Amino acid sequence: MHCLWCFSEMDNQFSWSDVFLLKKLTGLCDDCINGLEFLRGNRCEKCSRESETTVCKDCKWWKEALSNDPLVFNHSVFRYNPFLQEVISKWKYRGDFVLGEIFRPYMQQAYQDILFKMKKDVIAVPIPLSEKRLMERAFNQAEMLARFLPVKTECLLERTEGEKQAKKTREDRINTKNPFLAVKIIKKPVLLVDDIYTTGTTLRHAASSLAASGCPEVYALTLIRG
Amino acid sequence: MKEQTRENVMLTPDHIAALDGRLLRRDEISLDEDLLQHLLSENLMKAIPALKKDFLSVKCMRCGNTDARFFARLSCARCRKNHLYCRNCIEMGRMMECELLYYWEGSPYVWPRHENPCSWEGELTSAQEKAAQRIVEAIENREKEILIWAVCGAGKTEMLFPAMTKALEEGMRVCLATPRADVVRELKPRLEDAFQDVPIQALYGGSDEKEYHAQLVIATTHQLLRYRKAFDVMIIDEVDAFPFHADPSLPFAQNRAEKPQCTTIFLTATPRKNLKRRVHNGRLPHVFVPVRYHGHPLPVPTLHMCTSLAKDLQALKLPSIFIHWLKKRKRQERQLLIFVPTIKLAERLKTPLRKILKDNDVIKNSEALDAVHASDPGREAKVTAFREKKLQVLITTTILERGVTFPSVDVVVLDAGHDVFDEAALVQIAGRAGRNANDPTGEVVFFHDGKTEAMLEAIYSIKQMNKRGGF
Repeated sequence: MHCLWCFSEMDNQFSWSDVFLLKKLTGLCDDCINGLEFLRGNRCEKCSRESETTVCKDCKWWKEALSNDPLVFNHSVFRYNPFLQEVISKWKYRGDFVLGEIFRPYMQQAYQDILFKMKKDVIAVPIPLSEKRLMERAFNQAEMLARFLPVKTECLLERTEGEKQAKKTREDRINTKNPFLAVKIIKKPVLLVDDIYTTGTTLRHAASSLAASGCPEVYALTLIRG
Repeated sequence: MKEQTRENVMLTPDHIAALDGRLLRRDEISLDEDLLQHLLSENLMKAIPALKKDFLSVKCMRCGNTDARFFARLSCARCRKNHLYCRNCIEMGRMMECELLYYWEGSPYVWPRHENPCSWEGELTSAQEKAAQRIVEAIENREKEILIWAVCGAGKTEMLFPAMTKALEEGMRVCLATPRADVVRELKPRLEDAFQDVPIQALYGGSDEKEYHAQLVIATTHQLLRYRKAFDVMIIDEVDAFPFHADPSLPFAQNRAEKPQCTTIFLTATPRKNLKRRVHNGRLPHVFVPVRYHGHPLPVPTLHMCTSLAKDLQALKLPSIFIHWLKKRKRQERQLLIFVPTIKLAERLKTPLRKILKDNDVIKNSEALDAVHASDPGREAKVTAFREKKLQVLITTTILERGVTFPSVDVVVLDAGHDVFDEAALVQIAGRAGRNANDPTGEVVFFHDGKTEAMLEAIYSIKQMNKRGGF
């Protein structure tokens, strides 16, 4: 076996400690695993960001801006450190599909961690790419993450406009009009899945489209809190 | 005949210059789909599958990779199928099973013949002149390959000017390939100076010159993956350097980028065993240039044993013998280039070294010292700052072992016994000192905790080269 990221040879002798410590099989070598940083300590209960207060400044702002926030909560796993930025950019932008496998055990663990906060029969819905972008990349990274979860994944959203989020300022992002459309009536609670939570605008747009189509509650699971 | 006219109407010579000699992905071709399909149906362009699958093996047709661990599967949203893709050359854009690579099959583009293209006014030393004439001869006779074995600081680049001049006069297309982007960036202005009227292109990962049609190309070896039967003269700089000698896809790319009658010129100061053997057996013609352009011998490294080296470095201390040497340095005004084996160490030694050097008056303030390594975003700026003497001391990993010239430096290697410092690396590192005619000597000191074969061989081969140079 070779490390998915640095290709160095891995000594992957399976031992009892793997069973007892539930060591995660990520496909990374130990050095690379150490490059991943979990979000730790006190977190904002709304958006998962590391925060001293129970609800962070941004989420207070959201609360004031929206009378009825369509998103119940977001849960994220990692900090967006330079190592993860490199991994994500190779995975998403270079299109190195298999790197997504690194996140499988972490997504599954995260799902277990938030299970108690959600209603029953939740379905996973990935944030979609525009048709053009999907054809360029040949895969949707959010859908890949959603399919790791032990629940049904349905692509219930469509994107009516392009994405180019990375180049926008915070103000621009928050003020854009909702680019998502739900493809049918939804009666089950939905867990939205995406790779990065930056301002929360994307997820809230998606959540409000789902809510407008009858979805009772919307939660979000993102890999990274940017 | 009618079709021919149509081709002429739609394709300008610029288009052909951009296509001929290249091997491209669809999105690297700026033609619209109708025109491309037309060219394919006329056999003016050819398309091949990006990955070639046989019964048991797969091969990436761009980088030649056949190693199973560099292939992975992707569930493709375009075809709704599970596809293989190549991870080896993914930085140049992903190649998938369902994709094609395109190349020009029409009549080749004719590059102009330049009259007196060389505007360089310097003069070659007699040793350089001799080697330069031999390379010109190799090009005239269309020899297949030749090795230029020239010591560090012999002035290799200038030696190439007559050969490049000859090639440009003959309307040949020339590529100078080197393993490092730093070197490409350094060479570009020098070549632009020497060949002022010739369009020159510099290609490396992240360079902004993606309009590929210059007659004279300077490129990192990886960029050769986008060429096919393009060059009449291929110059491989630092042929012994990582990654050219470690990555089989690079020699593959070099071979493909050459035209059938291409002349390949290998340059190195430290040939590896395979090349030495071929020279020895008389199967590879070569020229040896044993003297530096300023006529002084290569500085011979001195060894300093420090028994507690590993412990000291672990504790981020510097061996006392190093501090002792620092105080007794002959010319304190020289800049100091400190090589360390790992990126981590380069970063972590910054603070303790600043303090020690300040205490010993080598530097006046902390800003005069910095560290640089391969994944450092500020790498270009720091190297420039050091060259312009804004930095007095630079800690570096092996990325600065070759291809870069600083006028007046003393060179230190900390932990010279580490695996990354093989013979070639140590010879190259020693070659950083004394490169300027105004200060043709320079101290080279290896601090180690036990002599290695590599150190002894490096010193031996430096002495041998000096001997062959008549010192």
